[in-house]
This record gives sequence, C-alpha cells and structure tokens, in this order.
Amino acid sequence: MTVVSMTVNGKSVSADVEARTLLVHYIREALGLTGTHVGCDTSQCGACVVHVNGRAVKSCAMLAGQAEGAEVVTVEGLAKDGELHPVQKAFREHHGLQCGFCTPGMIMTAVDLIRRKPQLDEQTVREELEGNICRCTGYHNIVKAILAASEEMR
Amino acid sequence: MSDLSEQGVGKPVRRKEDFRFITGNGHYTDDISRPHQTHGYFLRSPHAHAKIRKIDTRAALAAPGVIAIFTGKDIAADKLGGLICGWTVHSKDGSAMKVGPHPVLALDTVRYVGDHVALVVAETHEEAKSAAELIEVDYEELPACVSLADCEKPGAPQVHPEAPRNTCFEWELGNKAETEAAFAKAAKVVKLDLVNNRLIPNAMEPRAAIGEYDKGTGGYTLHTTSQNPHVARLVLSAFVGVAPEHKLRVIAPDVGGGFGSKIFIYAEETACVWAAAKVGRPIKWTAERSESFMSDAHGRDHLSHAELALDANSKILGLRVKTIANLGAYLSTFSAAVPTYLYGTLLSGQYDIPAIYVEVDGVYTHTAPVDAYRGAGRPEATFLIERIVETAARETGLDPAEFRRRNFVRAFPHQTPVIMNYDAGNYDASLDKAMEIADVKGFAARKAEAARRGKLRGLGYSTYIEACGIAPSAAVGSLGAGVGLWESAEVRVNPTGNVEVLTGSHSHGQGHETTFAQLVSSRLGIPIDQIEIVHGDTDKVQFGMGTYGSRSGAVGMSAIVKALDKVEAKAKKIAAHLMEAAVEDIVFQEGRFTVQGTDKSLAWAEVSLAAYTAHGFPSNEIEPGLKEGAFYDPTNFTFPAGCHICEVEIDPETGVLEIANFVAVDDFGTIINPMIVEGQVHGGIAQGVGQALLELGVYDGESGQLVTGSFMDYCMPRADNVPSFRLGFTKTECPSNPLGMKGCGEAGAIASPPAIINAITDALGIRDIEMPATPARIWKAIQSSRPRAAAE
Repeated sequence: MTVVSMTVNGKSVSADVEARTLLVHYIREALGLTGTHVGCDTSQCGACVVHVNGRAVKSCAMLAGQAEGAEVVTVEGLAKDGELHPVQKAFREHHGLQCGFCTPGMIMTAVDLIRRKPQLDEQTVREELEGNICRCTGYHNIVKAILAASEEMR
Repeated sequence: MSDLSEQGVGKPVRRKEDFRFITGNGHYTDDISRPHQTHGYFLRSPHAHAKIRKIDTRAALAAPGVIAIFTGKDIAADKLGGLICGWTVHSKDGSAMKVGPHPVLALDTVRYVGDHVALVVAETHEEAKSAAELIEVDYEELPACVSLADCEKPGAPQVHPEAPRNTCFEWELGNKAETEAAFAKAAKVVKLDLVNNRLIPNAMEPRAAIGEYDKGTGGYTLHTTSQNPHVARLVLSAFVGVAPEHKLRVIAPDVGGGFGSKIFIYAEETACVWAAAKVGRPIKWTAERSESFMSDAHGRDHLSHAELALDANSKILGLRVKTIANLGAYLSTFSAAVPTYLYGTLLSGQYDIPAIYVEVDGVYTHTAPVDAYRGAGRPEATFLIERIVETAARETGLDPAEFRRRNFVRAFPHQTPVIMNYDAGNYDASLDKAMEIADVKGFAARKAEAARRGKLRGLGYSTYIEACGIAPSAAVGSLGAGVGLWESAEVRVNPTGNVEVLTGSHSHGQGHETTFAQLVSSRLGIPIDQIEIVHGDTDKVQFGMGTYGSRSGAVGMSAIVKALDKVEAKAKKIAAHLMEAAVEDIVFQEGRFTVQGTDKSLAWAEVSLAAYTAHGFPSNEIEPGLKEGAFYDPTNFTFPAGCHICEVEIDPETGVLEIANFVAVDDFGTIINPMIVEGQVHGGIAQGVGQALLELGVYDGESGQLVTGSFMDYCMPRADNVPSFRLGFTKTECPSNPLGMKGCGEAGAIASPPAIINAITDALGIRDIEMPATPARIWKAIQSSRPRAAAE
C-alpha cells in the first residue's frame, strides 16, 4: 500500500491505496467522488475525464501515484460558489445529455477544449470529441452546447 | 411564481434531472456502496462450446480476501430455477418453441464465450478477480456452431439437445396461398437477399448489481441497472425462486442508458442477490466493458430472402419473406418475440400490400443471447421493406418517392395482412415535408457538382412505420406474451398541495422526470418544481411494466392521465363541499376550483389541505386524503411513422463516405416536450448510422471467439461520424390513447439504416451493399462494379 496525496477540487486529500490503483478508482472509491465514471476498460470512452494540472486526462489511463502532488479537478469541482460553469449550463440549456453517464467526461473534455481552442467551429468540436463516446444524444446537442459555451466564454 | 404557460405540454422545458448529472451528483448503481459490502466477480467461459468435467476452486478459496465461490452445482443444490423467456412462440405445426434450459451458472456445459461458470466473492474487486484466475476448470472443448447460414444444416454442432437442428421455432405469419396467388399473377418480381448485422448495444453505463439480504426480516434488496425493476422482481421471485415477491425489493436508480439491453433478467444480478444470503453480506458486481460485450444481450442478426410481386403499374401485389434469426445460445427474456411478433407484423411498412407471407426460423448458435435492441424487430422489418421497395423502384424505372406514393396506405383504419391495424397516419405529408427539407429538387445539381470534384453523391429514402406502446395486454397475451403490457400510475397529493407521481415507467435518459411533470403541471396548474416523479423502486411503486418499445408516453403517461382524472373528481367533490355547491357546478381550471357562474373559488393548495384536515366531511360521502391510482391498458398499438432522407458523398478512391445531409420527418402524434423528442430522434439516428456504417458484432467462425470484444474493435459512432441532423414533424393524433401520443424513442434507429444504404447504392449505382458499409466494403463494391460499368 502507498499513501498518495494530491489536491482535488481545491482540497488536500490523502489516501492509502494499492500501488496499482488507477486515478479514477482513487477518485471514486478512496475519495467517494462518484461523478467521474468508468465506461470502458480500454481508455476509449472518456467517461472518466478529469483535469490534472489544468489539462483533460482520462483518469483510467493514469495511476493515482502519477498524480501525486497534482491539482485535480473533477466534475464536482467545476461549479464555483454555487454558480454552474458555462459549459454545465450549456449542456442543460441545449439538452446535451440524456442518461447522464458520459456527461461528466464530456463536460470536462469540453472545458479543456474551449481553453485550448477559443475559436471553435463544428468540425473541430466533432474531431476533438473523438475520445468521448455518447450512446444517447447522437452528439448533435453536445456539439451545439460546446459551441454555445465557447461563444459565451469568449 | 413561475410562468406555468412555459412549463406545460408542448413546451421545450429544460430537464429537471439535469442538475444532478451535470454536477456529478447522479446515483448510478456503481456509485452506491452498501455497509460491509463484498465484491463479486464472474469467471466466464473462454470457450464457445465445452463440457465442464470438473471445477477445482481450492486454490482460489485460499487466495487473499476470498469469502466464497459459487458454481452451478451450488445453485442446483438450492433448487433455484433457470432464467426464462417470457414470450412463447409457436411453430407452423402448432408446437411450442423448443427451449434449452438456461442455468444461472453453467451446470455441465458452457455455450458461448462469456457464459457464467463461477461467482467469486471477495473483500475487494481486485481480490475477487485475481482469485478467479486460480479456479481450475477442466473443459472438454467441443465444436461450436457459429454460422447463422449453416446452423440448421445436418452435422452442425448442436447447442441444445432439446432443439434438433438448432431450430427453436419455425414461425409463420400471413396468408401463404393468397401470397402465392399474388406472385402467380405478378408482372414483375423483385428479389433481394439481406443481412441485418449483429449489434452490441453498449449503453455507456455497464450493467451492475448489488444484492443484499436482511437476516432479521428475511428480505432481499437488489440494486440493479434495469429498465423494468418490477418485471425483474416478478421473474426473480416467481420463476427463479430467489425470494417471494413481497420479500424482494428491486431498485433501479439512475440508469445510464439501456436501449433494450437492460430490460432482461441476467445471470449476474440473479447470482448476486441469491448469494448475498449465503455470505450474509451485500455483494456488488459491476461489469467491465469487456463483460458487457460478452454477456449483454446482442441485437438484430438476421439473414433474409425477400420477394416483392408487382403489377404492371408498380402496385405491390404481395411480399414473401424467409428469415433466419439468431437467438444466440440461450433464450433471453423477450428474445422469441423480437424476430416474430415485433418483426413480421411490421413488414407491410407504409404500403397497402394485399398479401404477405413471412417465415422465420429462430435458431440457436454458440454466441451471446440476442434480444431486443433499440427498435427490436422493427428495424429489421423496416430495413427489409425499405430496401426492397427502393430496389423495386429503381428496377421499374420509377422515382423512389413516386413508387412509394403509388403504394401508400391512405385510408384509416387499415388492416394489414400481418395482424396490425394502422389507426392513423399521413404518409404523403411526411414524405413531402422531408423532400422539401432535404431539397430533393436540388439533388441533381449537387450530384453534378460533386462529380466535378470526382465524388459520388447519392440520395436514399426510408418511409418507415413502427408499432409502439406494446400493448394491449389482451392482444399480446393472445400472441404468446407471459405478461400484460399495461402501465400503472399513482398520484399522491400532499396536504401542502405539492404532488408525487409514482409511475411504473422507468427513465434511463428519456427525461420522464420532466415530461411527466409537464403533463401534471398542465393538468393541475402547479409548477413542475412542485411535482416529483417517483420511479424505479418496487417498494415505492406498486407495480409497473417498465420502459421499452417507446411505451412510456403512450402507455405510462396515459395511466397518469387516468389517475389525474380520479384526483380531479375527488378534489371537485371536496371543493363542492367546502363551497357548499353541487359538484356538477365546480369547474377546475388553471389550478382553481370555481363554482360556475359565481365568484366563489378555491386554490388547488386550499383544497389539498382540506382533503387532509377533513373537517366536517360528510363521512359517508367523502373519505379524507387525496391519492388515486390507475392502471391503463391501451386499446391498440401506436403507429409512429415518417420519412428519413439521407444524402451521402463518397470518395471513389478511398471508399470514405460522408453523410452530407440527413433529414428526419416524424409523426409522433402529440409531443409533450419537443426538445426531448428531438434528442431521442438524434440518438436513434446515430445508432442507425452505427448499424449502417460502423458496427458489427463478429464471432470467429471456427472458434466462436468474440472478435469485437472492446471499443478498440467494435466501432461505436463518434462525434465526427455523424452530421448535425435536420428534423421536422408532421402530426396525426393517435386515436387509441387519451393524449394522442405515439412514441418517439426508437424511430431514429428504425428508419435510418435503409435511408443510408439506399443512398450508398444510389451513389455507387449498385444493387446492394452489406451493413456495415465500411470504407473497405464501399471501396470493394466500387472496384467490382467498375469493370461491369466499363463493359456496358
């Protein structure tokens, strides 16, 4: 067992876990933050995307130990002072979610995408979502929501 | 006070459920942990077909953290029943379908890769998984029957001794003699062989279960990823015998998509809830995605031969169809119904076809069970009829839209030769509107322009019909269903006037918490945030049939309407008493009870409170309280219909395809929330695009190994595989339910595949291409059609 410490959603956290523990399991099981989801076992679906030091990362493709000392933000930490993030608002406003399972990963990916590429167009959004699978929405309204949020945040 | 006019029926109300999902506060089964829970892991068969000679669990039992290991023998010793198929189909000769037993854990034979061999229970998931590797199973490998085309042939390996030639049933529907007579007088016969490709549902939330047992009460609780928790409880109690129904609580909390795959009662949740009593602690199991691929029920997988008889004016005289439908290794919960009563009954499409005869052989193979997947039988029927109609149009030289118009049903009700009685529709209207949105008039110019760029452009139609609501109980009962298909609702009005609505429908992405609340808001004149929709818990909702077959609006909401009728009637009685008026004089409008022709009135909340204070009620006339329930059984199926038009552009050098335009015009009858309905159509079309272009469940023909067992190998639609869709709606109200609703959940997946394939065959000038039409298949089709084109 290894003690792994990091900052998650602005709070210092620490947990004693097996060395093989993935970051996603550390977040879900050790910290009880179940907003981050596991949808596959091959790092394809993107339901587990969180931010590590400001960048979108698939938390199933990283050991908890690799995030030692890092600043991690999960979907639970996105809203500030009770105010939803513009991307969260846009997903609701544009019906960018149905069952909600892929949503945390989609939102975290979108926030990072808008940060990296403030000038977005539909084709870019579609290509950038390559690593996030949604089975419900046909992506139509996810794309709309991300474009709207990007416009809002410009 | 919120503006109620913006919250009611017909408005694009933003979803009530979204807040918890966008903030990470949903409660899916795997998010739940029970005190002292253990973890279950299933050892699965690595072979498609093998005898189990011996299972040695000694080393595994000694591994760290292991609490118990269960095999099929333990389940048999406990006299637990097997998993069932709830729909009995009969063969042409009148005999019932031949059912091979489906043990919860394999007893002496494994029949597909992923079949359940043992349940390991340990302190952690990792310990259970590691210990499973220490179980020694002595298998005698046997040849596997994988090929659908060959499985009924002599010498094919047998899946179940109960079903000779692997044939579960040889079903027929329609009139054979009349159909043969129609073909005898035909001016032209069009023939087509079709493959409806095997799909793997892949809801994004993998299946999961937590079984627990309370020694003190003898009660069991099962949290599970289910679309119909009450049906799960009924099957687990009445058929499997895990616990009596009143001692089993099934909870389906937030469920991350289903698409049919979470209707069924599977081995995993059954074993977890059963074994929880044995170990005396809760057992949690969550599927890894590889397990979902192996053991979720798959969809489609048909081989068909179809023939269409035409007269000299291209009027359809008859249709005959022979289909072999893969059922997999065991019958799943509703699998027998899917390729029969949900398929053959829709083969008339939107067309007036005087004679239809369809034969379906349901067959066993050494592959995962096949059952309902979004559309369930109706996509297979629509693909067949829309592909052969398009082919017939091209071969008779008629414009495909004109060919369809010559054959549309225009008088309602319309009795087809295959059971269904279409109650309402306007197929010209949806075709017209789709052609307008798709700018079909401008297609020739776009095709010419694409040709100048060296690209091939094609246009394809699909004018579909489906049957939803599933429903009515008497009809499905006469066709072999083991259950009634009504729905229940209960409206509980609290003393302060807010309302809880308990429904037997289950939401796993459809937004019932919003749409159902919109209905209640419109009816009672209270804002939607004062209405709670309660679902998914057998301890709260008395009974319900669940959500599938696009039935929650047409059937589930109709039950709510009936319960609201009763609530209103009782509330009027109370209002009449309070205002000393005759009940006939009470008018209820916009949340107020008024004595007609006077200024005397009471607000909804005043009457609600009075219902519970009950002061001065004439006790023989008014009972205290305000709570009413209803069961609603529809009088007919509903018939959503419409037209999808797809335009594709293909690069002949690479076979790469782009969907240049996709238009869907649907007639769903009354729409409660257009935003949610559009979302349902988008998602359905994307799954149809997946079937037509990307997805294929592949088993190795020899070994029966699942080749497409992960998202690395099975091509799910990504955001850049689909375009933005262009939608339109037409409306004919459904006459068979009080809201005039038809259902919208499956139309996209049903209608889109033939539109796409029709567009590809149009672009390439070929007769057929098999789904999924991948770039490799398209490129090959171009190569093989080139020399012929040159020779011509």
